Amino acid sequence: MPTLAYREALNQAMSEEMRSDERVFLLGEEVGAYNGAYKVSKGMLEEFGPKRVLDTPISELGFTGLAVGAAMAGLRPIVEMMTFNFSLVALDQIINGAAKMLYMSGGQCPVPIVIRGPGGAAHQLSAQHSQSLESWYANVPGLKVVMPATPADAKGLLKSAIRDNNPVIFIESEVLYGMKGEVPEGEYTIPIGVADVKRTGKDVTIIAHLKMVYVALEAAAELAKEGIEAEVIDPRTLRPLDERTLLDSVRKTNRAVVVEEGWPFAGVGAQFADLIQREAFDFLDAPVLRVTGADVPMPYAKPLEHAAIPDKARVIEAVHRVLYRRQAT
Amino acid sequence: MKSGSATEHRGVTEANGFESDRLAPLEERARGADPSLVKDLLEKMLLIRRFEEKAAELYALGKIGGFCHLYIGQEAVAVGAISALGPDDYIFCSYREHGHALARGMDAGAVMAELAGKATGCSKGKGGSMHLFDTRIGFLGGHAIVGGHLPLAAGTAFAAKYQNQPRVTACFFGDAAVNIGAFHESFNLAQLWNLPVVYVCENNEFGMGTPIEKASSIDPLHERACGYGMAHTAVDGMDVLAVREVVGEAVERARRHNLPTFIEARTYRYMGHSMSDPAHGTYRTRAELDEHRRHDPIKRLTSALESIGALTPEAFEESDAQVRQVVEQAAAFAEESPDPASDDLHSDVYRD
Repeated sequence: MPTLAYREALNQAMSEEMRSDERVFLLGEEVGAYNGAYKVSKGMLEEFGPKRVLDTPISELGFTGLAVGAAMAGLRPIVEMMTFNFSLVALDQIINGAAKMLYMSGGQCPVPIVIRGPGGAAHQLSAQHSQSLESWYANVPGLKVVMPATPADAKGLLKSAIRDNNPVIFIESEVLYGMKGEVPEGEYTIPIGVADVKRTGKDVTIIAHLKMVYVALEAAAELAKEGIEAEVIDPRTLRPLDERTLLDSVRKTNRAVVVEEGWPFAGVGAQFADLIQREAFDFLDAPVLRVTGADVPMPYAKPLEHAAIPDKARVIEAVHRVLYRRQAT
Repeated sequence: MKSGSATEHRGVTEANGFESDRLAPLEERARGADPSLVKDLLEKMLLIRRFEEKAAELYALGKIGGFCHLYIGQEAVAVGAISALGPDDYIFCSYREHGHALARGMDAGAVMAELAGKATGCSKGKGGSMHLFDTRIGFLGGHAIVGGHLPLAAGTAFAAKYQNQPRVTACFFGDAAVNIGAFHESFNLAQLWNLPVVYVCENNEFGMGTPIEKASSIDPLHERACGYGMAHTAVDGMDVLAVREVVGEAVERARRHNLPTFIEARTYRYMGHSMSDPAHGTYRTRAELDEHRRHDPIKRLTSALESIGALTPEAFEESDAQVRQVVEQAAAFAEESPDPASDDLHSDVYRD
């Protein structure tokens, strides 16, 4: 199986879909001549030309709305947000436009569009460039929200997103773009709405998405040394959520820790906790605990930034608590 | 209208390749026009007027809910402009769009049923007054966030060009929309990428109750297009033939040359902003309203046609009676139609 970087997997997904479907095109800031701010669209302008790979002005509201309109007329646009922080100025077009068009037209106007780009913190980018906005989008009926953690998931899910007939918010990670992993050759898709068990275990379920998957896996490796077998579940899609895989795991382990990079109040982890208490209450041996980003705008200083983002130690601590164990030290 | 006829408003620069001839008086243009076309324009304006009067009545009876923004007074804009479009062209509107839907030929019963929230409504009762859709005739909605649909219109124009289809997009919005960011980003993209879109601002002088002079740093509004190098003009929006002609030129320009145009149609709404505010007494006076009613688009066309012998009072009455019957039938259809089924609550959120 070939090994690809996460960004290469995304590039393959877009390029393959553009080769097979003339209706698919890419637009966004610096996606063409610059090859993408994070080089995700490298070489695509050369292959597909300026008609299908469009450099836009810094005008997220305008070009996102334009893409929604193009989708209403039968095209299948991929909008690259340089980062999802900038999607905030396009929020009206995404929520009042893309998400609601099918419903308020009584089923006449589907909007097959993918809005993709990195979300969450990177390294010392401070408050306006380090936000996890997935719970905002996942709140909205009409949108799908996909967050792949590995190169294989990135490719398989992006191809499905491009083929989907609904608006898909596809959130990547700046710090994962260079990560390498095996990606199956040839035609490879992963259905939207299916979680993945990233590590099996019987003692506790850790639910995490995007780069928090790796924090959870590190914690699980550490916990294994003390004989605790943690199961790590990556929902991969936040909406629609694969409730069954999450619940099956919790029914097996009887304990759950939810990890997310975003803010705690009304974060997606709260939704998981709600699901678990509602559907698996009788199986729980401890309250569901959440490990979240700090409830502050992201600080710049390195030690403060580290303190604001969930890490292995905090996940281990939460696992100990749901297992009613004292911490090792 | 701040000033009189269309002849005083047309100031498109030659550099933009837009003809800037001045219009002849309405009588003269009516004489030169195809009589069946003129009859159709008059009847469409009448249909909208009577439909909106009926909608106000049904609203007062509680049969129409939510927000309901009437178009009375502005009929010449939708009717004139939409008559200049081809059958495959796209239309986007703001939330004051009953008139545009009817002008485009949407079934009056389907529109009234939508206002009444019935399953037989054009949007299955899920959209209401502000979200009328009929994709079969390119009618891509009523949109209720001011200016929010301007980028969408750039998008269908983009798609037409991308697919080498000779389809033009017409986008209607009120004067208040020129002050929101979506207007500016759309104009920049439409001109930058040479998109076949005609933006029609219906300047009825008020954004809800706020007059233009308190809202816009520039008046005439069509000069906003200068900032984007876009062709622009104003037209007397109470003169249906003038609107048809000016929009027709812009549509041809879009279709042949993939170029956008901004048209400011000067018009006036007789009713309140919505059904929840009075026609006058708060932000404008009765006298002001009466003054504008003297330029009524239906009266103006009727008088012009009568003066050239192309219309008799009897023929007008006959048209009016026919239109009233269509509206009564639409109201009856809405009344008799079923509510949406409870199963419909969850359908149309996602498309398989």
